[in-house]
Amino acid sequence: MLGYSRAQGMALGILIALVIVAPGVLYPVFVMKVLCFALFAAAFNLLIGYVGLLSFGHAAFFGIGSYVTAWTAKNWGLTPELAILLGGLGGAVLGLVFGWLAIRRQGLYFAMITLALAQMVYFFCVEAPFTGGEDGIQQVPRGRLFGVFSLQNDMAMYWVAAAIFLAGFLLLHRVVHSPFGQVMKAIRENEPRATSLGYRTDSYKLIAFVISTFMAGIAGGTKSLVFGIATLTDVHFSMSGEVVLMTLLGGLGTIFGPVVGALVVTGMENYLAPFGAWVTVTQGVIFIACVLAFRRGIMGELGALLKIDL
Amino acid sequence: MRAVTQYANEPTEESGGRHGVSEIILETKELTRAFGGFVAVNGVNLKVRAGTIHALIGPNGAGKTTCFNLLTKFMPATRGAIRFAGRDITRLAPAEVARLGLVRSFQISAVFPHLSALENVRLALQRARGNSYDFWRSERVLGVFDARARALLEDVGLADFVNVQAALLPYGRKRALEIATTLALDPKMMLLDEPTAGMTHEDVDRIVALIGRIRAGRTILMVEHNLSVVEGLCDTITVLTRGSVVAEGDYATVSRNPDVIAAYLGTADG
Ligand SMILES: Nc1ncnc2c1ncn2[C@@H]1O[C@H](COP(=O)(O)OP(=O)(O)OP(=O)(O)O)[C@@H](O)[C@H]1O
Ligand SMILES: [Mg+2]
Repeated sequence: MLGYSRAQGMALGILIALVIVAPGVLYPVFVMKVLCFALFAAAFNLLIGYVGLLSFGHAAFFGIGSYVTAWTAKNWGLTPELAILLGGLGGAVLGLVFGWLAIRRQGLYFAMITLALAQMVYFFCVEAPFTGGEDGIQQVPRGRLFGVFSLQNDMAMYWVAAAIFLAGFLLLHRVVHSPFGQVMKAIRENEPRATSLGYRTDSYKLIAFVISTFMAGIAGGTKSLVFGIATLTDVHFSMSGEVVLMTLLGGLGTIFGPVVGALVVTGMENYLAPFGAWVTVTQGVIFIACVLAFRRGIMGELGALLKIDL
Repeated sequence: MRAVTQYANEPTEESGGRHGVSEIILETKELTRAFGGFVAVNGVNLKVRAGTIHALIGPNGAGKTTCFNLLTKFMPATRGAIRFAGRDITRLAPAEVARLGLVRSFQISAVFPHLSALENVRLALQRARGNSYDFWRSERVLGVFDARARALLEDVGLADFVNVQAALLPYGRKRALEIATTLALDPKMMLLDEPTAGMTHEDVDRIVALIGRIRAGRTILMVEHNLSVVEGLCDTITVLTRGSVVAEGDYATVSRNPDVIAAYLGTADG
């Protein structure tokens, strides 16, 4: 189903079960945070893992989603689903412009351009009158889903966030296992060959980029409703770095890796928070360990061990 | 060195097609490419007749691969013009050239390593049918191409490797896969860059037989160092040294040319 093998289907079943059980065991707000970052990382993974594009500025799309959702929910009183959808569209529009500018460049140049553009977005958010500068947009109301169901209660919000995560996750997987996804992989594997077969590779990359930034925007928008706040942290460079870390740690180009990576990184930040700077140090060490020893990441290594693609 | 350009003895029939066979499908005018001060391809005028196998030979660094890059627009020409199938393609993008039916292979085998042989071929079939942008559909719709892809793989002797990852195929098989993928586009003209390089004798024989079979209805321009392959397959040979054409004609004519003997046969033992 949906391009999952049997083993992957079972892994998906476990994931869904965990999403259902998790809020009974852990703080729902924490799990929601993990889910938002998991979707963000899965969106990022679509590019790095399946097209071979390294975006160093993905915080821009997460952040713009966060601001757009927060602003429209607060100032226009939009219902949460519409506000989040607009957040996603914000990410997509920005992605279209940035992708169009960056995709003509290859490799490291692509990464550098996305980074530079994301820095511009950051400074824009610092200065712009409607983003609230250092304070961000605070006290964002969660509102009522479809104008009916109040999300004030954390568990109500949780089911919405879980549904968004699962829908996004499945959609990204469908993209990877579509006729389009097949071409994405061909471009990742050998772009000149794809060109020689007549594929206009830049348009495929751009579409993949926009799908990814749309999902990043959705993730950011959901996050801003969960916490009731959109801040500069969401667009900050370190957020771009974090999503790279999550994806790398979980496993580039794996299905479940970004989710596991998001869980581990967010968990570390939460539970190691009392140790202050040690979080950053630990992250650095993990990052280095991944690059040196576990290139395939957690799910990549596990998959290799079990001989299945996870 | 004398810049003798010995053209084929046969009557020129480029405009005619009156005899049905000699239409020029690919033509370059003063094709030139410089890298900084170094001129890798220098004023090449090439005419390839439709339906023929045309060889481009010459010593290492002569500019053969660069020519291919120019013809398929993977590299812009510094100067000169290219016409293909009655169209000026000098300013087209590489993907557009491929869509017109001028499809290249690469000197270093070009497959999609982590995809299966079947998926490799299907990618070519899928492009032609134009649903390749459908990101919302299941890849199972690609199943409609499986039969054709299998037939193509069988055709190049890869029937037993359909589901094998391309990266795991032996070198000769990779080249065969590359040809099957190119053939899947049913191109008017194929450019093959050293299709037999680095192969065992058996593999060379297999590829030669394959090229002999697939030539029907199309034109092939190939770079080839193995002169016995050239002799057996090619109708016309163009010899390139240091970026310039030094001779052209059939095998007998070209192999008698003193410049060729000096520049090519003398340095590389074919
Ligand atoms: N991108 C490039 N930049 C600079 N010089 C190049 C480039 N590509 C090719 N050259 C130079 O142009 C010359 C011709 O190279 P080319 O690859 O076309 O030769 P070739 O005839 O295909 O040789 P071989 O038989 O070894 O494949 C060489 O001297 C090469 O170093
Ligand atoms: Mg070459």
